[in-house]
Amino acid sequence: MGLFADKYPDVAYQEKERLWEQVKADPRYPSYLYGCYECGICVAACPSARFYDFSPRKIAQAAAREDIDLIYEQMNDDVWNCSQCFSCNRCPRQNSPGGVITILREVAVKNGLKSAKQALEGYSRIIYKIMGTGTQVSPDMLQPDAFPDWGPQVREVSADLELWRRALPPETLHTTSTGWQVDDKTIIELYLIWHNTGVMDMIAEVDEGLHMILNDVMEEKLEEAGYEV
Amino acid sequence: MTATATAEVIPYNAVNTKSSRKFERQAEYAPEDFHDHLFELEAEGEWIVQRVPEPYVEVMTKFGRKKKIPLEMTWHHKSCGQCGHIPGYSTAIFWLNRKLDLKYTDPTDQTSCTAWNYYASATSNAAAQAGVAMRNFAAAYETGYYPLIHCGTSYGHYKEVREEMMHHAEVRHQVRDVMKKLGKPLVMPEEIVHYSEWIHAVRDRIAAKQKRDFSNLAVTVHPACHYYKLVQEDAIYDPDIYGGQRTATVSALIVALGAEVRDYSTWFDCCGFGFRHILVQRDFTRSFATRRKIEVMKEEANPDVVITHDTGCVTTLDKSQFVGQAHGLNVGVPVMSDAQFAALAMGAHPYRVCQLHWHSTDYKPLLEKMGIDHEAAWAEFQEDLKKLKSGEKEYLTWEDVG
Repeated sequence: MGLFADKYPDVAYQEKERLWEQVKADPRYPSYLYGCYECGICVAACPSARFYDFSPRKIAQAAAREDIDLIYEQMNDDVWNCSQCFSCNRCPRQNSPGGVITILREVAVKNGLKSAKQALEGYSRIIYKIMGTGTQVSPDMLQPDAFPDWGPQVREVSADLELWRRALPPETLHTTSTGWQVDDKTIIELYLIWHNTGVMDMIAEVDEGLHMILNDVMEEKLEEAGYEV
Repeated sequence: MTATATAEVIPYNAVNTKSSRKFERQAEYAPEDFHDHLFELEAEGEWIVQRVPEPYVEVMTKFGRKKKIPLEMTWHHKSCGQCGHIPGYSTAIFWLNRKLDLKYTDPTDQTSCTAWNYYASATSNAAAQAGVAMRNFAAAYETGYYPLIHCGTSYGHYKEVREEMMHHAEVRHQVRDVMKKLGKPLVMPEEIVHYSEWIHAVRDRIAAKQKRDFSNLAVTVHPACHYYKLVQEDAIYDPDIYGGQRTATVSALIVALGAEVRDYSTWFDCCGFGFRHILVQRDFTRSFATRRKIEVMKEEANPDVVITHDTGCVTTLDKSQFVGQAHGLNVGVPVMSDAQFAALAMGAHPYRVCQLHWHSTDYKPLLEKMGIDHEAAWAEFQEDLKKLKSGEKEYLTWEDVG
């Protein structure tokens, strides 16, 4: 029985427990949580705690006492607020609440939780960029409508982008759709990593459309290179 | 040594990074040196350990372990955000290598570490992340050059990967099987080295070639979270910088260049990047960067410039100020990397090399304080652009930028 009212009573306890078992089965988990003094040092250091109703201490506590209902609630309502800066690693008990959150997020994605899908809405193009091209952000993403809050300077960059990129002395940086020039062979190898480590299955769980597009792009290149997917 | 005697030997501009308190390194709290296990695994045939090439400099880490920093033969593991949005950052790193006559390679057989996406979306897993790291390490090894990591997140994440690969045989074996499919060896570098550690190691060489006087500059330093909070025992500390209680990278460079490091109370706070927040939830990023960092720096230290050593930090602290200014917040401090700052000290062109036109917050008053005629420099850069536009030149080259 948890200390707090169950916010998701419609989800079966067994289902919540199943997800928690996946968190605990991650090989990193034992080295991310050793117990909790409840000193609150992690909260004092946490940027997200200053801005949201968010507490790395509460997450460490729930995990330490295996409060299944509360962990499920946190997996849905809290984990996406974390900044993943790992300021909480200054824990005197050597915990890494940020690390626990990484695993909670991963399990949420792997199981296609609705909250994970919502958290990743608007983020698909970034996943496409990194998985498809091997670089996370590209110069051509600097568009005024995408970054209106960054001011008029973004407009200047986007207006003369191709010219400004040619004015960069390193030869690898003359690109506009990737951060730098990446070899085709390198991209093929990256695709093979995604396919052989279950990442494509994770994408299918959270975004079927993105999975289809990525799969098309990858299959074509892999087949051209002589690999069967 | 008395406090008075200490003050006599410390240059004035270094005083702010001095501590009157004496700290003893607490070796009993130090994690064990990972190298024993690293080499054991090599002896058992599990992987190849790529040795730090000579010549190298040995520096002190948090609990006193010595870390080797290679000076040359470096394989530059570039950063997505630096190359994509603040390319003067990467350019300055390469320029410093060239000016110090140190051999390096800028590979195209390199992918992102993909950790920005992982910390933002969790659409990956430990084995995939380790696979990406080990593919890049193998690519470096195949060239004979040693990986030098430009991004703080890549650096921190790769150290996490090293821990996972050393201590979890199931992850290591899964990744080894993937590498076999790629036809690549499993290689772990002897040390994972961030470019700012390389700058730290060569800071005296940089200072020896300094062409611009920075003694009138006040600087605040933002230490990057993923540099010193992830696998923290691996970051550089120095008893002469804040009594060894904060990482010495960046601050020691500023001191070496004769500028004044000014302290502020929220130095430990992150910049507000947040990985997913900077892309899809920027209200958090903007508020945190301006309220907890820039405004505090302005009120407590009034710096001429903020210097940091990671991709996300430069982007966040620089770009977030526009909205803050619109709301009348006490902001308006230029932000750049230690590499760009060092390059400017050595006489680099602010646009051809440091590419400051990609930055948002007004940096022109800073350039004036550095003694740089930014109008003339901009006119020179415009001439370059004209040549590129007309087809007279295809690209600006290293020979063009001096």
